[in-house]
Amino acid sequence: MSSRRSRQSGASRITDDQIIELVSKLRQLVPEIRNRRSDKVPASKVLQETCNYIRSLHREVDDLSERLSQLLATIDADSAEASIIRSLISQ
Amino acid sequence: MATKGVTLNTNARKIRFARRFISILLKMRKTRSPCSSSSIEDVRKRSQRIKIAAYSSMAHAVGPRRAWSRAVLFKLRSRARHQSMMKRRSFGLQKKRVVVVKNNNDIIPSGQLSQADRLRQLVPGGKAMDMCSLLEETADYISCLATQVKVMQTIADHFSK
Repeated sequence: MSSRRSRQSGASRITDDQIIELVSKLRQLVPEIRNRRSDKVPASKVLQETCNYIRSLHREVDDLSERLSQLLATIDADSAEASIIRSLISQ
Repeated sequence: MATKGVTLNTNARKIRFARRFISILLKMRKTRSPCSSSSIEDVRKRSQRIKIAAYSSMAHAVGPRRAWSRAVLFKLRSRARHQSMMKRRSFGLQKKRVVVVKNNNDIIPSGQLSQADRLRQLVPGGKAMDMCSLLEETADYISCLATQVKVMQTIADHFSK
Protein backbone atom coordinates (compact mmCIF):
# COMPACT_ATOMS: atom_id res chain seq x y z
CA MET A 1 0.00 0.00 0.00
CA SER A 2 1.41 3.38 -0.88
CA SER A 3 2.72 5.09 2.19
CA ARG A 4 2.08 8.73 2.83
CA ARG A 5 5.09 10.56 4.19
CA SER A 6 4.19 13.47 6.36
CA ARG A 7 7.35 15.19 5.23
CA GLN A 8 5.72 15.95 1.90
CA SER A 9 3.34 18.67 2.92
CA GLY A 10 3.07 20.52 6.14
CA ALA A 11 -0.69 20.72 5.70
CA SER A 12 -1.36 16.97 5.94
CA ARG A 13 -0.96 15.84 9.49
CA ILE A 14 -1.38 12.20 8.59
CA THR A 15 1.61 10.19 9.64
CA ASP A 16 2.46 6.62 8.83
CA ASP A 17 2.18 5.66 12.47
CA GLN A 18 -1.34 6.95 12.74
CA ILE A 19 -2.43 4.97 9.74
CA ILE A 20 -0.74 1.85 11.04
CA GLU A 21 -2.43 2.28 14.38
CA LEU A 22 -5.84 2.73 12.82
CA VAL A 23 -5.36 -0.25 10.52
CA SER A 24 -4.49 -2.38 13.51
CA LYS A 25 -7.62 -1.12 15.23
CA LEU A 26 -9.62 -2.25 12.23
CA ARG A 27 -7.88 -5.59 12.42
CA GLN A 28 -9.27 -6.09 15.88
CA LEU A 29 -12.79 -5.27 14.85
CA VAL A 30 -13.23 -7.33 11.72
CA PRO A 31 -13.82 -10.91 12.85
CA GLU A 32 -12.40 -12.42 9.67
CA ILE A 33 -9.01 -10.98 10.37
CA ARG A 34 -9.07 -11.26 14.12
CA ASN A 35 -9.12 -15.02 13.89
CA ARG A 36 -6.07 -15.21 11.69
CA ARG A 37 -2.54 -14.37 12.71
CA SER A 38 -2.69 -10.63 12.65
CA ASP A 39 0.98 -9.93 11.85
CA LYS A 40 0.73 -11.43 8.42
CA VAL A 41 -2.28 -9.48 7.19
CA PRO A 42 -1.31 -6.59 4.90
CA ALA A 43 -3.16 -3.29 5.07
CA SER A 44 -4.82 -3.71 1.67
CA LYS A 45 -6.28 -7.02 2.82
CA VAL A 46 -7.56 -5.32 5.96
CA LEU A 47 -9.33 -2.70 3.88
CA GLN A 48 -10.79 -5.33 1.59
CA GLU A 49 -12.06 -7.43 4.47
CA THR A 50 -13.44 -4.30 6.10
CA CYS A 51 -15.46 -3.49 2.98
CA ASN A 52 -16.76 -7.04 2.82
CA TYR A 53 -17.64 -6.97 6.49
CA ILE A 54 -19.55 -3.69 6.16
CA ARG A 55 -21.46 -5.04 3.19
CA SER A 56 -22.35 -8.21 5.07
CA LEU A 57 -23.50 -6.14 8.04
CA HIS A 58 -25.75 -4.08 5.76
CA ARG A 59 -27.19 -7.26 4.35
CA GLU A 60 -27.82 -8.60 7.83
CA VAL A 61 -29.68 -5.43 8.76
CA ASP A 62 -31.85 -5.90 5.68
CA ASP A 63 -32.58 -9.53 6.50
CA LEU A 64 -33.31 -8.80 10.11
CA SER A 65 -35.63 -5.93 9.16
CA GLU A 66 -37.49 -8.32 6.92
CA ARG A 67 -37.73 -10.87 9.69
CA LEU A 68 -38.79 -8.30 12.27
CA SER A 69 -41.47 -6.88 10.05
CA GLN A 70 -43.00 -10.32 9.75
CA LEU A 71 -42.85 -10.79 13.50
CA LEU A 72 -44.08 -7.30 14.30
CA ALA A 73 -47.67 -8.34 14.53
CA THR A 74 -46.94 -10.63 17.42
CA ILE A 75 -44.94 -8.21 19.53
CA ASP A 76 -46.21 -8.06 23.06
CA ALA A 77 -45.99 -5.16 25.48
CA ASP A 78 -43.16 -3.46 27.35
CA SER A 79 -42.37 -6.43 29.51
CA ALA A 80 -40.44 -7.62 26.48
CA GLU A 81 -37.96 -4.79 26.76
CA ALA A 82 -36.57 -5.94 30.08
CA SER A 83 -36.05 -9.51 28.96
CA ILE A 84 -34.48 -8.41 25.70
CA ILE A 85 -31.98 -6.24 27.51
CA ARG A 86 -31.25 -9.03 29.92
CA SER A 87 -30.48 -11.47 27.14
CA LEU A 88 -28.39 -8.84 25.36
CA ILE A 89 -26.13 -8.34 28.34
CA SER A 90 -25.74 -11.99 29.09
CA GLN A 91 -24.33 -12.69 25.62
CA MET B 1 -7.76 -0.55 27.91
CA ALA B 2 -9.03 -3.04 30.49
CA THR B 3 -11.30 -5.71 29.09
CA LYS B 4 -13.78 -5.07 31.86
CA GLY B 5 -14.05 -1.44 30.81
CA VAL B 6 -14.65 -2.41 27.21
CA THR B 7 -17.39 -4.86 28.19
CA LEU B 8 -19.11 -2.24 30.30
CA ASN B 9 -18.98 0.25 27.46
CA THR B 10 -20.32 -2.24 24.95
CA ASN B 11 -23.14 -3.21 27.27
CA ALA B 12 -24.10 0.40 27.87
CA ARG B 13 -24.11 0.99 24.13
CA LYS B 14 -26.19 -2.13 23.52
CA ILE B 15 -28.74 -0.94 26.02
CA ARG B 16 -28.90 2.53 24.47
CA PHE B 17 -29.41 1.10 21.01
CA ALA B 18 -31.93 -1.44 22.19
CA ARG B 19 -34.06 1.07 24.05
CA ARG B 20 -34.38 3.42 21.11
CA PHE B 21 -34.99 0.72 18.59
CA ILE B 22 -37.63 -0.97 20.72
CA SER B 23 -39.47 2.28 21.31
CA ILE B 24 -39.60 2.86 17.55
CA LEU B 25 -40.89 -0.65 16.98
CA LEU B 26 -43.60 -0.21 19.57
CA LYS B 27 -44.61 3.10 18.02
CA MET B 28 -44.78 1.39 14.66
CA ARG B 29 -46.95 -1.30 16.16
CA LYS B 30 -49.39 1.22 17.59
CA THR B 31 -49.81 3.13 14.35
CA ARG B 32 -50.66 -0.06 12.48
CA SER B 33 -54.26 -1.06 11.95
CA PRO B 34 -55.32 -3.68 14.48
CA CYS B 35 -55.98 -6.24 11.79
CA SER B 36 -52.42 -6.72 10.66
CA SER B 37 -52.42 -7.41 6.96
CA SER B 38 -49.70 -9.76 5.95
CA SER B 39 -49.66 -9.00 2.26
CA ILE B 40 -46.23 -9.09 0.70
CA GLU B 41 -46.39 -5.42 -0.17
CA ASP B 42 -47.17 -4.41 3.41
CA VAL B 43 -44.45 -6.59 4.83
CA ARG B 44 -41.93 -5.14 2.44
CA LYS B 45 -42.97 -1.57 3.20
CA ARG B 46 -42.75 -2.28 6.89
CA SER B 47 -39.34 -3.87 6.61
CA GLN B 48 -38.13 -0.80 4.74
CA ARG B 49 -39.37 1.40 7.58
CA ILE B 50 -37.78 -0.87 10.15
CA LYS B 51 -34.49 -0.65 8.32
CA ILE B 52 -34.67 3.13 8.30
CA ALA B 53 -35.61 3.05 11.98
CA ALA B 54 -32.56 0.89 12.71
CA TYR B 55 -30.14 3.31 11.06
CA SER B 56 -31.92 6.29 12.54
CA SER B 57 -31.91 4.96 16.08
CA MET B 58 -28.27 3.96 15.72
CA ALA B 59 -27.27 7.42 14.52
CA HIS B 60 -29.36 9.13 17.18
CA ALA B 61 -27.91 7.02 19.95
CA VAL B 62 -24.40 7.97 18.87
CA GLY B 63 -25.37 11.59 18.45
CA PRO B 64 -23.51 14.30 16.52
CA ARG B 65 -20.14 13.28 17.95
CA ARG B 66 -19.22 11.23 14.93
CA ALA B 67 -19.03 12.28 11.31
CA TRP B 68 -20.76 9.14 10.10
CA SER B 69 -23.72 9.58 12.43
CA ARG B 70 -24.02 13.21 11.37
CA ALA B 71 -24.03 12.09 7.72
CA VAL B 72 -26.73 9.49 8.42
CA LEU B 73 -28.90 11.98 10.29
CA PHE B 74 -28.49 14.53 7.52
CA LYS B 75 -29.43 12.02 4.86
CA LEU B 76 -32.50 10.90 6.81
CA ARG B 77 -33.64 14.47 7.41
CA SER B 78 -33.25 15.53 3.79
CA ARG B 79 -35.05 12.39 2.69
CA ALA B 80 -37.91 13.17 5.09
CA ARG B 81 -38.02 16.73 3.84
CA HIS B 82 -38.05 15.55 0.25
CA GLN B 83 -40.85 13.12 0.96
CA SER B 84 -43.02 15.73 2.61
CA MET B 85 -42.38 18.05 -0.33
CA MET B 86 -43.41 15.29 -2.72
CA LYS B 87 -46.61 14.78 -0.76
CA ARG B 88 -47.42 18.44 -0.95
CA ARG B 89 -46.65 18.42 -4.64
CA SER B 90 -49.05 15.59 -5.29
CA PHE B 91 -51.84 17.82 -4.08
CA GLY B 92 -51.06 20.08 -7.02
CA LEU B 93 -50.06 23.05 -4.90
CA GLN B 94 -46.53 23.43 -6.19
CA LYS B 95 -45.44 23.50 -9.79
CA LYS B 96 -41.73 23.64 -9.11
CA ARG B 97 -39.80 20.47 -9.84
CA VAL B 98 -37.53 19.17 -7.16
CA VAL B 99 -34.26 18.00 -8.60
CA VAL B 100 -32.74 15.07 -6.78
CA VAL B 101 -28.99 14.97 -7.16
CA LYS B 102 -27.85 11.46 -7.90
CA ASN B 103 -24.36 10.36 -7.06
CA ASN B 104 -22.13 10.00 -10.06
CA ASN B 105 -20.17 7.43 -8.14
CA ASP B 106 -22.82 4.85 -8.85
CA ILE B 107 -21.91 4.84 -12.50
CA ILE B 108 -18.30 3.84 -11.94
CA PRO B 109 -18.02 0.05 -11.88
CA SER B 110 -16.63 -1.02 -8.56
CA GLY B 111 -13.87 -3.03 -10.16
CA GLN B 112 -11.96 0.12 -10.99
CA LEU B 113 -12.14 1.78 -7.61
CA SER B 114 -9.33 1.71 -5.13
CA GLN B 115 -9.82 0.12 -1.75
CA ALA B 116 -10.08 3.47 -0.04
CA ASP B 117 -12.72 4.69 -2.48
CA ARG B 118 -14.78 1.57 -1.99
CA LEU B 119 -14.60 2.10 1.73
CA ARG B 120 -15.63 5.72 1.23
CA GLN B 121 -18.74 4.58 -0.57
CA LEU B 122 -19.71 2.24 2.23
CA VAL B 123 -19.17 4.47 5.24
CA PRO B 124 -21.69 7.32 5.45
CA GLY B 125 -20.03 10.66 4.97
CA GLY B 126 -16.85 8.97 3.87
CA LYS B 127 -16.48 10.83 0.60
CA ALA B 128 -15.38 14.04 2.25
CA MET B 129 -12.91 12.57 4.71
CA ASP B 130 -9.18 12.23 4.64
CA MET B 131 -7.65 8.81 5.11
CA CYS B 132 -7.04 9.13 8.82
CA SER B 133 -10.57 10.20 9.72
CA LEU B 134 -11.96 7.64 7.30
CA LEU B 135 -10.25 4.80 9.14
CA GLU B 136 -11.32 6.13 12.51
CA GLU B 137 -14.92 6.59 11.43
CA THR B 138 -14.90 3.15 9.86
CA ALA B 139 -13.84 1.55 13.12
CA ASP B 140 -16.60 3.29 15.03
CA TYR B 141 -19.17 2.62 12.31
CA ILE B 142 -18.34 -1.08 12.28
CA SER B 143 -18.66 -1.52 16.00
CA CYS B 144 -21.95 0.40 16.09
CA LEU B 145 -23.33 -1.59 13.15
CA ALA B 146 -22.34 -4.84 14.84
CA THR B 147 -24.08 -3.72 18.01
CA GLN B 148 -27.21 -2.79 16.09
CA VAL B 149 -27.21 -6.17 14.35
CA LYS B 150 -26.85 -7.93 17.68
CA VAL B 151 -29.76 -5.95 19.12
CA MET B 152 -31.97 -6.80 16.16
CA GLN B 153 -30.97 -10.44 16.30
CA THR B 154 -31.80 -10.64 19.99
CA ILE B 155 -35.18 -9.06 19.41
CA ALA B 156 -35.99 -11.33 16.49
CA ASP B 157 -34.93 -14.43 18.42
CA HIS B 158 -36.92 -13.31 21.40
CA PHE B 159 -40.12 -13.00 19.44
CA SER B 160 -39.78 -16.02 17.26
CA LYS B 161 -39.76 -18.39 20.22
